[in-house]
Formats: sequence, structure tokens, C-alpha cells
Amino acid sequence: MCFQQKMIHSLFLINCSGDIFLEKHWKSVVSQSVCDYFFEAQEKAIDVENVPPVISTPHHYLISIYRDKIFFVSVIQTEVPPLFVIEFLHRVADTFQDYFGECSETAIKDNVVIVYELLEEMLDNGFPLATESNILKELIKPPTILRSVVNSITGSSNVGDTLPTGQLSNIPWRRAGVKYTNNEAYFDVIEEIDAIIDKSGSTVFAEIQGVIDSCIKLSGMPDLSLSFMNPRLLDDVSFHPCIRFKRWESERVLSFIPPDGNFRLISYRVSSQNLVAIPVYVKHMISFKENTSSGRFDVTIGPKQNMGKTVEGVVMTVHMPKAVLNMNLTATQGSYTFDPVTKVLTWDVGKITPQKLPNLKGIVNLQSGAPKPEENPSLNIQFKIQQLAISGLKVNRLDMYGEKYKPFKGVKYITKAGKFQVRT
Amino acid sequence: MSGNGLTYSEQGGEAAPELAQEAAPTVTPSTPAAFGLFSSDTKKNEDLKQMLESSKDSAKLDAMKRIVGMIAKGKNASELFPAVVKNVASKNIEIKKLVYVYLMRYAEEQQDLALLSISTFQRALKDPNQLIRASALRVLSSIRVPIIVPIMMLAIKEASSDLSPYVRKNAAHAIQKLYSLDPDQKEMLIEVIEKLLKDRSTLVAGSVVMAFEEVCPDRIDLIHKNYRKLCNLLVDVEEWGQVVIIHMLTRYARTQFVSPWKSRRFLEDNALKHENNFYESDEEQKEKDQKLKTTYTMDPDHRLLLRNTKPLLQSRNAAVVMAVAQLYWHLAPKSEAGIVSKSLVRLLRSNREVQYIVLQNIATMSIQRKGMFEPYLKSFYVRSTDPTMIKTLKLEILTNLANEANISTLLREFQTYVKSQDKQFAAATIQAIGRCATNITEVTDTCLNGLVCLLSNRDEIVVAESVVVIKKLLQTQPAHHGEIIKHMAKLLDNITVPVARASILWLIGEYCERVPKIAPDVLRKTAKSFTNEDDLVKLQILNLGAKLYLTNSKQTKLLTQYVLNLGKYDQSYDIRDRTRFIRQLIVPNEKSGALSKYAKKIFLAQKPAPLLESPFKDRDHFQLGTLSHTLNSRATGYLELSDWPEVAPDPSVRNVDVAESAKEWTGILGKPKKEKPTEKFYSESEEEEDESASTSSSGKCLESTAFSLPGKLCLQNCLVHK
Repeated sequence: MCFQQKMIHSLFLINCSGDIFLEKHWKSVVSQSVCDYFFEAQEKAIDVENVPPVISTPHHYLISIYRDKIFFVSVIQTEVPPLFVIEFLHRVADTFQDYFGECSETAIKDNVVIVYELLEEMLDNGFPLATESNILKELIKPPTILRSVVNSITGSSNVGDTLPTGQLSNIPWRRAGVKYTNNEAYFDVIEEIDAIIDKSGSTVFAEIQGVIDSCIKLSGMPDLSLSFMNPRLLDDVSFHPCIRFKRWESERVLSFIPPDGNFRLISYRVSSQNLVAIPVYVKHMISFKENTSSGRFDVTIGPKQNMGKTVEGVVMTVHMPKAVLNMNLTATQGSYTFDPVTKVLTWDVGKITPQKLPNLKGIVNLQSGAPKPEENPSLNIQFKIQQLAISGLKVNRLDMYGEKYKPFKGVKYITKAGKFQVRT
Repeated sequence: MSGNGLTYSEQGGEAAPELAQEAAPTVTPSTPAAFGLFSSDTKKNEDLKQMLESSKDSAKLDAMKRIVGMIAKGKNASELFPAVVKNVASKNIEIKKLVYVYLMRYAEEQQDLALLSISTFQRALKDPNQLIRASALRVLSSIRVPIIVPIMMLAIKEASSDLSPYVRKNAAHAIQKLYSLDPDQKEMLIEVIEKLLKDRSTLVAGSVVMAFEEVCPDRIDLIHKNYRKLCNLLVDVEEWGQVVIIHMLTRYARTQFVSPWKSRRFLEDNALKHENNFYESDEEQKEKDQKLKTTYTMDPDHRLLLRNTKPLLQSRNAAVVMAVAQLYWHLAPKSEAGIVSKSLVRLLRSNREVQYIVLQNIATMSIQRKGMFEPYLKSFYVRSTDPTMIKTLKLEILTNLANEANISTLLREFQTYVKSQDKQFAAATIQAIGRCATNITEVTDTCLNGLVCLLSNRDEIVVAESVVVIKKLLQTQPAHHGEIIKHMAKLLDNITVPVARASILWLIGEYCERVPKIAPDVLRKTAKSFTNEDDLVKLQILNLGAKLYLTNSKQTKLLTQYVLNLGKYDQSYDIRDRTRFIRQLIVPNEKSGALSKYAKKIFLAQKPAPLLESPFKDRDHFQLGTLSHTLNSRATGYLELSDWPEVAPDPSVRNVDVAESAKEWTGILGKPKKEKPTEKFYSESEEEEDESASTSSSGKCLESTAFSLPGKLCLQNCLVHK
């Protein structure tokens, strides 16, 4: 045939050792050999992270994503917005995660029939058809141990026998006929601090990114509106399709008919005018000596500006220079590991108590004869603070219309470190 | 083993006890490789055939599951076709589905047998349940068998008038499939597209525009009447459809509206020019031209598009955000395009693939309009944990954004990067410093000094890169650089990277008159190591020799001849060629022509300084957000974005007559009633009424429109009555 088709032609799933363990074609079959171009690029990139997402081959284009140790490689024949494909592939991986609890090679292989049915529903002729989890779950039921036992006895199947209605309605994200005995709506306000702290401890860059994840179990067709005490804090917001843009534009209220179950309501960025409070500080002394092929390592983490809340779940990871052979350290709190192959040092600190600051100190052994590392490694810090949204964002109230019952409502706040890096 | 695995073996055992042993070890299709070692495929297929012919659904289902497993693995299951196709009419919905999967994969290879299944689909197309109708159409149109083209055409036509928007959506998808099977159907398919474009359901909009883009993207005229409707529906269309519609409308707008970027003066000229050769100008058009002469006013339809796409910047879908961003970039007045930056920067929090594409697009944007991203400078700062490809893209953007005001901050940031353990990135940073130095004259000296300091770096890649960049910088600034060249000459003993060595040699050759003492000595040293050098370096040694021969032949004549002799017998023909060429030019003999008189002018001519430019500089001729832009080469099927017309085509083509549209709409709805008898809800009498409604006009007809518009309502009614 002399002319070409748009959108996704085929999909190959490839594991880390380069085995193609699943293939699906939406149009005529494309030979596996097309993946050779991908393997070539992968080899050149050395690191999986650096495999280019878009590869051009003589007859096709390959657009790939890397998720959970699996490459999703799609074959494209003509011009298409690359983000369209990338976003879709991530949606596929999300769906697998949602269905099987994990998006791993084993899970996919064990559920290959469901995977195939899902892919069939998600894409028609290479164009996305049903990608909403609420809809998919009505079409194809997720596997559970109980169901597979029942199925094997009764001979019934995991394909829905009642047909979904949502796909056909104006609210394609919600299924009809939802019923709960306990009606509940929970919102988690999760904020992450992205920061780069320089050698002297001053902030090079800091920003707060937040999301509101919801778990809504409400019967019928509830119409919710959620308002904030201080909506002005939200500088840039992205919405789940269920949210009405106009209400937000005019009244700064989130008004929506929610999907059933878990979903991300909004993501937001806190305006950059607000100074970001950095909840921890790090004192560090890392040095390498020229001739003795050894070095010193001394890091202390302490709390700062955390509004009386405890900083917990503190973990520090450091990618040490290649010349480091091993590390002999003592931690006053928590435990550390050093992987001599990947050169990654991980220090699991736990909770920080201001009375006794956690410290990790000791000797770094370098490869003898190797030149002294030019640069000190950056410290990546993770932490968590419960009951606190660091931006000060506060939910004002949640109202429900359209249904008569009184739901149970809950809001939880949490602050975490996002991409939090300390340069040394 | 998984729950499914359990299911398979149990069912196998139950259905065909004699096969239990056979079936048990296969367990799931996930381990066929191991199994294949011990049992030939034919034998395995034999038992699958038996299972498919069994009377029990559970055995059939088990067999189908294993077959799908084989397909998923990329194994050939085509010989099972006759056994599988028999089950196409199975009552069990899961078996049916899996048979569909099989059919779509193998029908093309087994066309004759595939025809056996067609009548089943034809029956299903008349099913009262819209989902069954839709899925029948989906499968029927996915069977790539040319002989059924007429059947498909008929099915598509009927489905495009179906009462259910979901079936109509599937009809739109089927259009593309039929078109790829038989392009001769184009004209008929365009008719269907035209009909479906008028559809008011948000479900259909995205799919039909997709079909339009594939089958007849040049038939802009089909869009006119639907333009405003599409703009207004856009927010409610599903996200994938949004992307397609936005890209199509971007192209549309570039053919229909005048540029909002041109200066007023330019517009005036155009308007005047235009009036002379415009032959069909009606009153309205003239008035419009008059208006243009004085000031530019944006067509309200142009404004409508910009206004209705803006809220989509807040979509959770990166593809939608990017689509709106490119629309603003290509269509909005320059002062308004800035609103997209914030949303694009937000996408940088996403996974690495999204980051990669978004950063590429920002890189292109930031060359032309720095201001858009200057406020977000710090969002492009590099983290040591970023993958190299992300780091280099961020660096690219930072370099584009550099100006007098922020350069000192940036240089401080670059200093950190230079020390990165990721040497490839460190090298890229040095290039970036070089670019900043040439672009911002105030910091040229600072940068040059900084780079010279790097020459004593321990890492060879860093030093080599610095040498290359310094060479370029010195060329742009041919002033006081004797000292630096001397310094670099000393480095020659230690540096082994060929590009760097070549750069140093070239520099010394080019400016040999400024370092008269050192240059001959360098030639002496390199002559000694000539045979062990890289080709790149050898060429530069020859160059150096030639230049010295011309300027200082007393000291270097013999050395140069020695080098030329070495070159004459080199393994590489490039070097032998170059040697011959140089010898003819510089060593005068009876055969040498007029050129050798000018040898000095040829070798030591003033050379233009290299431009240090962004690799993203020439990408802006591709539409942003496209595959072609990412690859920086034209992808198959790329549709060029046209230039703005000098004068807007007649805007009244987009006017929609209300009565007319209502009539057309009922026209669409009128037909499906024919297949309705199966649906109890629609009694015979109502059907007649509806049909008369479609021919009559006004009141009644609007009523029926209102009734059928919200697909949801309609469907709920159907369900209630079932």
C-alpha cells in the first residue's frame, strides 16, 4: 500500500535484558526486527535513562517510554505529536498498575489475556478509545484471586456482561449506578518541595508543587464543590477533566462530578512570590585527599522552620564519585548502606529529634592511584512532614449537591521533599 | 503462579481429561518458551483445535486464552484459523472478544476463511444494543480483506446516521480503516466525513477530525461551517480528541485569518495592493479592507479560537497543554503568547519523556522570544540526578536565555556544572560558556579567562573541550592572545584528545607570526610523533608545516619537507592527497602553476570566525509539538503550516444559518429509525412520526433535535426500557 496511517501502529514491551515479551499490532503486523534500531540506540545510550524517547528508522518512527524496568516501544509511521503517544503509553502503564497492583513483567505475563483485552479497548486503529479507568473497569474486570476461582467454577469470565454507560454519556469518567453503604470523600493535600541548596547553605532554587489526591466513594451522581481558605496561593493549576473550568475561573471553587474511586483531582504550583520555607538544613564536610587515596565524610541533618511538626522519613542518597571504593562510616542514628557497584550511599535516618541531631561520619576509601575526584557529590534528601501543607494552603469546605445522604468528609495534609538536592 | 494460571489448568482438566497432562505443564502462555523445547508446536496446536471444537465454553475459552498468549508472544497461530473462526458467533462474550482479537490479527492472511465470519458481523450491526453494533463495526472494519470493501462502506454509511453517538464515533474510526484498505473510496468517505463533521456530540468530534486529517486534510472548505461549533465544543471533548482538533484548527486558522504580528504599516501596504487586483469585492469585503487600512482588528473567529483553547492549558494531559502552547505560538499576537510559558514549565515536573519533548520545544521558542521564559530561568537549573539528555537540553535553554542582566548568575551556575561527574555534560557546559562569551561581549574576557583556567583541569575531556572552544573564541577576537597560545602550546605535550590537539596546532599555525619562537619547535615535536597521530591531527601538522614554510622557511624548510614525505606515504588517502596538494602549492617547481604565487594568501587568508549557534536555531520552520520538530527533519505525512494570507478570505463562510443547521441535524437523525424496530422503546407509530419530522421543518424538528442531543439522556432511556 502506497500510503501510510497515523497514530500508533504497534506496541512492543521489552524488558531490561532486551527480551520482547509482548507485542500488539493494531494494523498490519510489523516485524520484531524493527526493535533492533531501538536496541542499537539503547546500547549507545549506556544508561537506560538516556535512551532517546524518539528514534527515527528508515521506515518507521519509534516512540518509547521507560517505566518500572519495562520499555514500552510504539511503532509510528507518520507525523504525530510525540507527546500524544508518550502520554498515552504512560496511561497504558498506569492502567496496568491499576489493574495488577504493579506494572511488572511478571504481572503482565501472568495476565496476558487481560492485557490484550485492555489494549484492544484502549486503542482503536491506533487512536485512543477508552482510557478512563472507571470505564475500563466496567468493560474488563480487574483480576482478583477470588474472581479467578469463581470464574473457574462457574465458567464465567472477567469481561463485563453489563455494558458500561459512562463511555456513552457526557460524564465519561464516572460509571452509573454507584452504591455505597458508607458514603465517604477523602482528600489528601500533598505538597512537595523542590530545591537546590548550594554549598554554603543558601537556596539557589526552591518551589512548592502540590497535588490533591482524592478517594471518593459516594453513591449516585454527587456534584461536589471544594473551596479553599486561600486559593490565591495556587499559581498554576492543572485539572482532572471532571472539573468545571468556568467555576474556577470566576469563583476559585473546584466544582465537579467525581469519578468513582481514587484519582488525582488537581496538581498545582505555589506562586513563586511566596518564599519557600526549607524544613531541614544539612551541614556537610566532604573532602578527598590527594595522595593518601582516602577522604573524609561528615554530614549532619537538622530541622529548620517546620512549624512545630516533626520531620520524619528522612533518607539521604548520594551518588559517590567513581573513584570511591568503599566507605567506613558511623551513623549516630539510622543505618547506612553503600553499594560499591553503583557507588550509591543511602542513609536511612528516620525521624529527626532536635535534641540529638543525626550525624554520619567516617572515612572514604578511594581507588589507589586514581586521581582525586574533582567535584563533591550532591546530597539528595527525602523527608516527610505529616499534618502540614508547607505553603499554608487550607481547604475551607466541601459541599455536595444532587444527592440526599450526608457523606463523611476528610482532608489530610502532608509535605514531602520533591527533588531536593544539596550541592557540596 | 497467578490466579489465571490456576484457572487455565483447572479448566483444561475439566473439559478434556485426556488432555490434562498436556495442558497442565503449559499452565499459562507466559511460559511457552520453556514448554516449546519439549513439545513441538504442531502437537500443541492439535490439542488447541480439539479444545476449540469442544462443546464446553470453558474449554474453548481456555484455548482462546492460550492462543492470545501465543499472539502476544509474536508466535504464529495462523494454522488455527478454521477452528477459531467457527467460534465467532459464540454466545459467550469473552470467547467472542478473543475471537475478534484473533480475527483482526490473521484475517488478512486467510482472506477466504475470514469471509465466513462476515455475516455474523452484519447481523450484529443491526443489534438493538449500541455497544454490540459499535464493536461489530470496529471488528468488521479492522478485517483487512479487500473483497468486503462494499460491505464496510455500507456499514459505515449506516453507522454514521446511527442514533447513538458512540456508534457514530466508531463509524468515524472505521473511515480511516477503510481508506487505508482502499483509497479509491475517498470520495464516498469524504461525504461521510462531511456528515459527521456536522455532528454535535463531543464523543464524535475528535474522531471525525482525526478521519478528516487522514483522508482529506486539504478540504479546508468542509471545516468552515463547523469551525465555531468545534471551538465551542472543544472544552468538553475527550483529551485525545482535543489534541487532534487543536492541531487541525491551527492549520485552519493560518489559512483563514490575517497575521496578528504584522506592523500596522505593513498591513496598510497590503490592503492597498490588494484592492487593486481584487475583482470580486463585495461591499462587506470593501468595508473590511477599509478597516484594515486604519488598524488591525482580529477576526472574532480568530479570537474565539484563542479564547476557547486557553482553559485547556490547565489540562492534566501534557499533549493537550503542548497542543495549546503551539497554537498560541503560531496564532496568537506576540504579546499574548507568554501565557503558555507557565504551563509548559509545569510539565517539567513530569516524567523524563515528557520533559525531553517539552524542553526541546522550549529551546526553539526561547531562541526567538527570550522574554517568554526569562522569569522561569531557575526552573531550568540542572540537578545532578537528571539524565544527560535532559541536562543538555536545560543547558541549551539557559544559554538561549542568557543576557547582560543574568549572565553573572548563570556563569556561577555553569561553574558547578563544569565540575559535574557527568563528563559529557561538563563538555556541553564549556560549549555553552563559549556561546555566552560570543553573544554577550561584556563577559567575553571573563569567560576566556575561566576557560583558560580549565586548561589545567585534571580531566582530559574538559581540557579538550576548552581548547576547542578557546580556539573558536580567539578566532572571533583576534587581538591579544599570544599568551594564551603559548600556554596552549605547552599543553600539547599532555593532551591526547585528537580534536584538541588539532585545534592547538591550527591555532599555532594560524597565528604563527605572533609566536615565532614556539611555532617551529611545535612543528619539530609533532614531526617526530607524526606517524602515531590521529588523521585529524596529521592534517593539521601538514597545515602547520605549510604555513610555517611560507612565513619562516629558513627554519622550517627541512622539517616541512620531512613531514610532507611522511604524509606522502601515509595509509590514509586523504592525507596523501592533502600532502600532494600542499607540496604543489608551496614548493615552487617548474610544473607548479600560477597558484603557488598566491600560496601565502591562500593559506593565511583572513578566515571568518565560526558562529557559535544553538542547534535549535533552524527548527522553528517546523510546527512546534510535532514529530518533525523533535527529529528536526520532515517526517512522513507532515503537513506544512501555511503562511498567513495577506488578506483574509471571506469570513462569512463560517456563518451558520440556524434553521439550516437544525434541518441538517434532523436529517442525520432521521435515518436510524429504520433499524429501530428491534428497540422496544421506539414504537412503530413514533417512528413514523420521527420520519415525518425529518422532512417537515421548524418546531417539531427542533424538538426532536433537543431530544436526541445529549447522548446520555437518550441512552438512559434506552436502558430503562430494556
